[in-house]
Amino acid sequence: MAKIVVVTSGKGGVGKTTTSAALATGLAKAGHRTVVVDFDVGLRNLDLIMGCERRVVYDFVNVINQEATLNQALIKDKRVSDLYILAASQTRDKDALTDEGVERVLGDLSKEFDFIVCDSPAGIERGALMAMYHADAAIVVTNPEVSSVRDSDRVLGILSSKSKRAEQGMEPVHEHLLLTRYSPERVQQGEMLGLDDVREILGIDLLGVIPESKAVLNASNAGVPVILEEGTDAGQAYQDAVARFLGEERPHRFLEAQKKGLFGRLFGS
Amino acid sequence: MNLLGYFRSQRKQTAQVAKERLQILVARERATRSGPDYLPALQEELLEVIRKYVEVDQDAVHIQLDKEGDYDILELNITLPEHGGK
Ligand SMILES: Nc1ncnc2c1ncn2[C@@H]1O[C@H](COP(=O)(O)OP(=O)(O)OP(=O)(O)O)[C@@H](O)[C@H]1O
Ligand SMILES: [Mg+2]
Repeated sequence: MAKIVVVTSGKGGVGKTTTSAALATGLAKAGHRTVVVDFDVGLRNLDLIMGCERRVVYDFVNVINQEATLNQALIKDKRVSDLYILAASQTRDKDALTDEGVERVLGDLSKEFDFIVCDSPAGIERGALMAMYHADAAIVVTNPEVSSVRDSDRVLGILSSKSKRAEQGMEPVHEHLLLTRYSPERVQQGEMLGLDDVREILGIDLLGVIPESKAVLNASNAGVPVILEEGTDAGQAYQDAVARFLGEERPHRFLEAQKKGLFGRLFGS
Repeated sequence: MNLLGYFRSQRKQTAQVAKERLQILVARERATRSGPDYLPALQEELLEVIRKYVEVDQDAVHIQLDKEGDYDILELNITLPEHGGK
């Protein structure tokens, strides 16, 4: 039985796909058989971030419609063993993800893998609800900014009332906060919500803080999950987060502003 | 504190404002979320009706659903301004 992890946020563009790619890669590197599934039907991007866009032949919707088998559709990662990608389709039909279809595919994947990472689309419509429904654990990706925090709270409400676990009265979905695009400098200046502010408002376990980093764009340009860029701040922050997800205790890094020289102290901020 | 920082602290820090706004908003949204799906709509409509008679803020109507034994208790709180009436 696989553990199903949804990466969700409500708000768009906060770093879900970046996180899904990093998490799946990190879990597989730690030796767990992992598949990452793109639920963003119509706007697929995960394959680009994972760098396998040219190898997509069949996708999630083809498997749901039984036009292809899972084995035909799963793309094996070339860098990390035990890592597979199931791409979203480019179809515009929002109803392509049927309840029975998703349930069947996740059930089949569950027999082969330890972890199923679901990259949720933005919003709280069908695709996002489908990605959340089956989750055992959720990573709520949040930026330190009002609309993102509010949307995260709404998503938490959905997880605790509309997920399969909630409907069937099982133990609730384990919710983790991942604060991304964090700028300690701006927090220090009182321009950005700090880690403690966001934790206080959302009140869920903190999985990690990913700094705002140039490394993310660079990695996505190259089609390499940023967690594999081991020398970078964001890469290391994701490594820590994955280790914590697997139960290890690690101190939080990248929370303090860089010290500045004399000039910066006088005139900078 | 540096020179610029000194001047900056004269203004209220925007992050603090953001936090306070979020705390109010989230508390309000959570209160209606725990109940049946129609609560947010009920809250909106009540607000509309009240606004026919009194000018009140967006967050003047508070709804909360509590359970007491076998009963559901709908608690309704309407905050009127000090000088109400149109
Ligand atoms: N820690 C970070 N530092 C800097 N840029 C980041 C960081 N995380 C994400 N980004 C950038 O933010 C943008 C959105 O990221 P991503 O596609 O992962 O978000 P998403 O939540 O999946 O978006 P969507 O809701 O559209 O699916 C990308 O350009 C990405 O490079
Ligand atoms: Mg995405």
